[in-house]
Amino acid sequence: MSESTYVQLLDLACGAFLLAGVLVLWRRDLTAIVRLFAAQGAALAAIVIVLGVWQGSAELVVVGVALGGLRAGLLPYLILRALPERGGPGDGEGRETQPLVNVATSLVAAAVLALIAYAVSQPLIRLAPSPAAQAVPVALTVLLVGFFVLVTRRRALSQVVGFLLIDNAITATAFLTTNGVPLVVELGVSLDVLLAVLVLRVLTTRMRAAFGGTDLDELRELRD
Amino acid sequence: MDHQILVLAPVGLPVLAAAGYAVFGWRRATAWLGAAAAAGLLAAAIALAVVTTREGRAFTALGGLLRADALSAFMLIVIGAVALAAMVASPSYLAAELAARHTGPRATRRYGVFTQGFVAAMALAVLAASLGVLWVAVEATTILTAFLVGHRRTREATEAAWKYVVICSVGIALALLGLVLAHYAALHAEVPEAGALDWAILSMYAADLDPGVMRIAVALLVLGFGTKAGLAPMHAWLPDAHSQAPAPVSALMSGVLLSVAFYAILRVKVIADVALGAGFTRTLLVVVALASIAVAAALLLAQRDYKRLLAYSSIEHMGIVALGAAIGTRLAMAAVLLHVLGHGLGKSALFLSSGYIHQGVGSSRVAAVRGLARRAPLVAGAFALGLLALLGMPPFSLFASEVGIVRAGFSAGLGWAVVVALALMLVIVAAILGRAGRMLLGPPAPDGGEAAVRFPVTAAVPIIAGLAACAVLGVAAGPLATLLETAAELTGAGR
Repeated sequence: MSESTYVQLLDLACGAFLLAGVLVLWRRDLTAIVRLFAAQGAALAAIVIVLGVWQGSAELVVVGVALGGLRAGLLPYLILRALPERGGPGDGEGRETQPLVNVATSLVAAAVLALIAYAVSQPLIRLAPSPAAQAVPVALTVLLVGFFVLVTRRRALSQVVGFLLIDNAITATAFLTTNGVPLVVELGVSLDVLLAVLVLRVLTTRMRAAFGGTDLDELRELRD
Repeated sequence: MDHQILVLAPVGLPVLAAAGYAVFGWRRATAWLGAAAAAGLLAAAIALAVVTTREGRAFTALGGLLRADALSAFMLIVIGAVALAAMVASPSYLAAELAARHTGPRATRRYGVFTQGFVAAMALAVLAASLGVLWVAVEATTILTAFLVGHRRTREATEAAWKYVVICSVGIALALLGLVLAHYAALHAEVPEAGALDWAILSMYAADLDPGVMRIAVALLVLGFGTKAGLAPMHAWLPDAHSQAPAPVSALMSGVLLSVAFYAILRVKVIADVALGAGFTRTLLVVVALASIAVAAALLLAQRDYKRLLAYSSIEHMGIVALGAAIGTRLAMAAVLLHVLGHGLGKSALFLSSGYIHQGVGSSRVAAVRGLARRAPLVAGAFALGLLALLGMPPFSLFASEVGIVRAGFSAGLGWAVVVALALMLVIVAAILGRAGRMLLGPPAPDGGEAAVRFPVTAAVPIIAGLAACAVLGVAAGPLATLLETAAELTGAGR
């Protein structure tokens, strides 16, 4: 692989990663949102595999494939399973009915967030201006988009996706700056994320039983 | 070799106890397993404290994955002491919950497994040599306690558990980003790859770390671990989770979990102070400290729920601890550690006794409790003494540690911050005393008078022992003084 192909492939994967993140703001159907999240997981795996092939590191390629399995396969599957059946009794649950901020404004906000991410990541790029490190703003944009989803969306499962976007972004930062955190830590992090999603899934079920829905606006029993 | 066992025991014993509960469930025979594991943990912690202070070095296990120095040993003592109190009180607490049909055999088995896993994760956090493993352990505590917070399955409990998992996981994710950036800075400072997240190795190379990257990393780490430590601005989960969890779990969460998360900030601070100069973390910590105390004071003024009252008091105390860490001199750090221990003992005693008040009265509203001193003098006495301890009255150790922090603050030029904090603390004293007076004194409510507040011996012993230990520490630290000094030195103080 020549240097220019490497840079092109890397930028392509990073572009797909960013696009999937921003499109989450555009769709309101939860199934579509989860599919976008899966696509982003695949893009993340592609970033890691491209880095691995370029550096001739078999270990990195294996890690990339495993990450892809977790983030493009297992996690989206688990969230989709937690959605109510289409046409079933809880069908209205499957859509983000009233986000606090509407779609058009959300997309503008994403552009502002991208600018912020570029400004913040300047010191990070300055330390080692490699093609990979120069893509760090992309990861940080997705991180901020994840926060935005978390704060403005009202369905429990959209919040889970927001949390996972943040997590994807952090993993991407780790691989773009260094070749990822040490393997023990990476394993621990992946396990923690997986378990957190499982816990949130169980809590979503309980929420549906207790509140009759997963609208987070209903959560106001506890306050001062 | 025998030192290896001492390092492994604090994690291993609770894991074994958790396995025991998973296999046998929560029965009469296994009910004391958790207490036995906690006692073993405490014994190993004390032994570690003795060897680390005597030999003045750290001990490792599992090929360098775990490392114990005097600071880890001190934190283990806090974990062991609070876990012991919570686990001794658990059997009678669960018996009452079972009798009232609030819980069933499956839920009690889960309680056993998760509480022990929780204690093991906290022990792993303070023993981890790598900041990465420390992060994994802290995030694991969130996952392990999620179902404990939501164990009653009511609307309130489900809501509290949801907020708890989402806010803490997102907050701690910020800390992970901080770690990723610190790792990046470390690899570019020629730190060997195997130890690039090891706090001891990182602090050796700290002067070479790129300040531009480290500034972002440290801010994220303080904010992220601060979420889990209950520091403002990410404290919103704490009052909900602490008021909904079963009393022994609240005691563990408030008494030690917050300090374990703060321990992570202390380890980061050692590196940050060399890489960026002491001013950066100091400013950061002063801001979050004063914000936390102010939030606690504002929300305590109108508080109508006594469990939430205790939770906000925890936010206040973590604020005081953060203020002490910001001051950062040797006196301040020793006072901070003493404060962590005193708060752990006092707050766990309070949460445990509040659990019995809750079981007796059936509500956690302040207004529902009247004339407790006449109805249940022993519980009322324990609750009153615990509150006095938390408000920093002598002879309890929180008085000594607060005086230490105030003195250190004035001599380190942070007098203004100390004065602001003291003014806010006066507001808190007034708010808490007013509510306590209504709960404890006065005639019993005419309708709720017949509901008896049970206070079994197995619950009274850990509560009274905790308060007594807190009082004794306030008068004389004894052999603990050497440990406090050695541990305070390890936090970079006096350099």
